[in-house]
Amino acid sequence: MPDAVGELASGERRPLARLLTRIENGDPAIRALLPALFAAGRGAHLVGITGPPGSSKSTLVNGLIGEWRRRGRRVGVLAVDPSSPYTRGAILGDRIRMMEHAADRDVFMRSMASRGELGGLAATTWIAAAAMDAAGFDPILVETVGAGQSEVEVARLAETTVVVEVPEMGDEVQAIKAGLLEVADIVVVNKGDRPGADRAARQLRAMLSTAGGRVQRKPPPVMLATATTGDGVTELTDAVDAHRAAAREPIAARDRAEHQVRRALADAAAEHARTRPDWDEIVAAVADRGLDPLTAAERLMGR
Amino acid sequence: MSDTPIRILIAKPGLDGHDRGAKVLARGLRDEGFEVIYTGLRQTPEMIADAAEQEDVDVVGLSILSGAHMALLPRTVQLLRERGMADVLVAAGGIIPDADVVKLKDAGVAEIFGPGTSIGEIARYFREHVSRGA
Repeated sequence: MPDAVGELASGERRPLARLLTRIENGDPAIRALLPALFAAGRGAHLVGITGPPGSSKSTLVNGLIGEWRRRGRRVGVLAVDPSSPYTRGAILGDRIRMMEHAADRDVFMRSMASRGELGGLAATTWIAAAAMDAAGFDPILVETVGAGQSEVEVARLAETTVVVEVPEMGDEVQAIKAGLLEVADIVVVNKGDRPGADRAARQLRAMLSTAGGRVQRKPPPVMLATATTGDGVTELTDAVDAHRAAAREPIAARDRAEHQVRRALADAAAEHARTRPDWDEIVAAVADRGLDPLTAAERLMGR
Repeated sequence: MSDTPIRILIAKPGLDGHDRGAKVLARGLRDEGFEVIYTGLRQTPEMIADAAEQEDVDVVGLSILSGAHMALLPRTVQLLRERGMADVLVAAGGIIPDADVVKLKDAGVAEIFGPGTSIGEIARYFREHVSRGA
């Protein structure tokens, strides 16, 4: 194959688009490209956008793209939507809100199906982001599937995680539950023109500001925005840009790195185990309840 | 990799006022195991080609009812070719007179599905005709 990583520097869309397909499809040749892909990376700011379905994440992303374009940045977007667990089919509908940027050569927007992953991203989203970085896009926005309370995978990938809420999010107890809100670097109450938006923002602020104990994170700013009119989008862009420095502090960077290595380790171990001659036998033993899954895993990792 | 889902972009070029049919098709193809990128109403051929390029789709499916198909469909095919995507299958659905069907196929539209075509037939056609080139 031609130099798939070197081609990215041309700024042409086609090489990046083709490479993203190979990444998504798990092309075995991608493994060999990874070191070069990461070496070619320019350290783009990776920004996660997550929140419940229907919170207008895509419309907000559309506004952010426009704002960063006005600031002269080249913007990459990876938008993940869920795959059917039954047919593996998917409707990838995030582009609808972003079509005004379709012709802009300095915006690259790619839809990804989650393909069986449950954390809100696809298994290959991190490699896709690295490819966009190598192609010179910065920032790179990663929009998750509509998330519930615990799809926190994006915070382990993104340097800055924006959690989008809506005014109808619920009472104060919702704001103190563990999970999605906990990983927010910035919280946005979207649809800020709806009744109750100010109150929801105040509640979130009050509840999130009391974090203490073993939590070392600063409470996230809680902002109001209305994606459909663009209100608050400039301020949100400023807040994301301002968070970049904090995201790059060694402790935060190490935390993300550790999660990524653990994740890669699990993938690599699973891949290795599946090629062993005793794989079928050991899996069958677990199915028959003759073996517990952890003992099975230890055997598969042994020699 | 041959068992990876087929990626299809479904778009409505031109000024059609609603997209119920396109959404039903999108949903049906999802149930057939396709990854359907849906871009909505009032798309220009340029927007469709730009989206298809970034999404690296196998198929572009155009739904059109407005009568402007002779202007919009060949233009979309031409733009895809200019962007190096001559291998992308372009198919259309909608109300298109027989005389135009011949001309559109000459212009590079692979197939035209008239009213009443089942989603199963459409899915089968795509499975048989998509080229998964390297």
